[in-house]
Amino acid sequence: MAVGIKVENLKAWFGKTEALHGITMDVQSGKATAIIGPSGCGKSTFVRCLNRMHETIPDARAEGKVQIGETDIYGNGTSAVQIRRRVGMVFQKPNPFPTMSIYDNVAAGLRLNGVRNGREIETVVERCLRSAALWDEVKDHLKKKSGASLSGGQQQRLCIARALAVEPEVLLMDEPASALDPISTSKIEELIFSLKQNYTVVIVTHNMQQAARVADSTAFFLMGELIELDKTAKIFTTPGDKRTEDYITGRFG
Amino acid sequence: MKNQSHMRRYLVDHLATGLSWLAAVLVLVPLLAIFSYLVYRGIGSLDWAFFTQIPKPVGEHGGGMANAIIGSAVILGIGSLIGVPLGIGSGVYLAEYGRGRLGDAVRFTADVLNGIPSIVMGIAVYALIVIRQKHFSAFAGGFALGIMMVPTIARATEEMLLMVPSALREAALGLGIPKWRTTISIALRTASAGIITGIMLAFARVAGETAPLLFTAFGNSFWNMNPNQPTAALPLQIYTYANSPYDEWHRIAWAGALVLVILIVAAVTAVRVVASRGVLKGSH
Repeated sequence: MAVGIKVENLKAWFGKTEALHGITMDVQSGKATAIIGPSGCGKSTFVRCLNRMHETIPDARAEGKVQIGETDIYGNGTSAVQIRRRVGMVFQKPNPFPTMSIYDNVAAGLRLNGVRNGREIETVVERCLRSAALWDEVKDHLKKKSGASLSGGQQQRLCIARALAVEPEVLLMDEPASALDPISTSKIEELIFSLKQNYTVVIVTHNMQQAARVADSTAFFLMGELIELDKTAKIFTTPGDKRTEDYITGRFG
Repeated sequence: MKNQSHMRRYLVDHLATGLSWLAAVLVLVPLLAIFSYLVYRGIGSLDWAFFTQIPKPVGEHGGGMANAIIGSAVILGIGSLIGVPLGIGSGVYLAEYGRGRLGDAVRFTADVLNGIPSIVMGIAVYALIVIRQKHFSAFAGGFALGIMMVPTIARATEEMLLMVPSALREAALGLGIPKWRTTISIALRTASAGIITGIMLAFARVAGETAPLLFTAFGNSFWNMNPNQPTAALPLQIYTYANSPYDEWHRIAWAGALVLVILIVAAVTAVRVVASRGVLKGSH
């Protein structure tokens, strides 16, 4: 089931450099929210704070309140590992496990979290590959081919299937199509469109048309601050802030 | 002018290529020379008796090194049981956690340990174990060889783990897989071909060691299946036989040396095959 995200005064650091200066925003449940902004504005850092991946970088830390559903993920006693099972992530560069077959890649999250039931795993693998619109292309060599033998676009859909397999409530996507050609990109976008019926999707993108196509709401980040968050249609037609307008009309960034 | 510089480049190019060919051939010469001479001297004595019998008393014809082959296997087995887990464990520490002072200390220690002459390792284990136990044993020999394997395996493990792209670790952590599980099932698995190569290199290196065994396993002319007793080993037996004044023993020593080299070549080859197979088709 999809849940909403409430972020209050979120700050993040790399060593002594503050990369996010207190972000406060709500992400609606069961919708797709796009984060746009120029390089280095903190969009990737922001989504990596939503599943506590930020802190896996040496010397990086985050502070503030992030609520996923009812859970305060930076609260005392909340385990990062538990949070990451509820908040899945798809990265910029497709990163399937190269030593594993296609099947094992999708099953990895379940197996490594202790699921042993073969039939259950099989069902989940098929369902997730279908959700990721990859099933028809790979069903004949699921266990024979390495995940790394697929094309870039297929690899990225494999990574989405892998993320879906642990049944997250939220799906974070960090520029999921920026390393892909236009055809693969449009497939990923269609996929995002269908995924948001069941998941809360947060997608970081450099591509404003992409944000306009897939997102219900769009947030504009600049230099570690949230400038504006609104309905996507509003952001791209009548933005409330001059800086947003400058950015989307291509005056900078 | 133009022609002259063209000619010069042409000559330099061919000279450099020729020199690298020469170097490559020179590298092959010692191994081929050693191996063919071993075959020439040893092949005649490689009979059934060599692999099935223990040494005969001086003056009697025949006998073999069966006890030394088994002894070597036992000592190397004990050594691997100590060296492999310790080496992999410390390599994992260095790669995944060893950014601080302890990591630097371990790295420095491993490099120094790697450079310690093997005879010193033998004496150290003699002082530590043999003197206290008051007798030589396969355990002591295996311990000495195991410790000698650690630095090679640890550094190989570290280097191979550092070559695993961080994107793979992130992918696993992002699925909610705990860090220890990520290290074992993703990082170590991805690096396994390289780590196995490191283990085999360490194994091949200590398999031929004589010095550390002189003070520890000591050698034995009879069957001994108790690892807590003095145990024969191929390098030791070769050493003893080659030093003896008897032609019969020299003959068997050559055969032993040949077997030892074949075993090492076989081990390294086997690993190359395993390592190249460890990678699934289509992965890079």
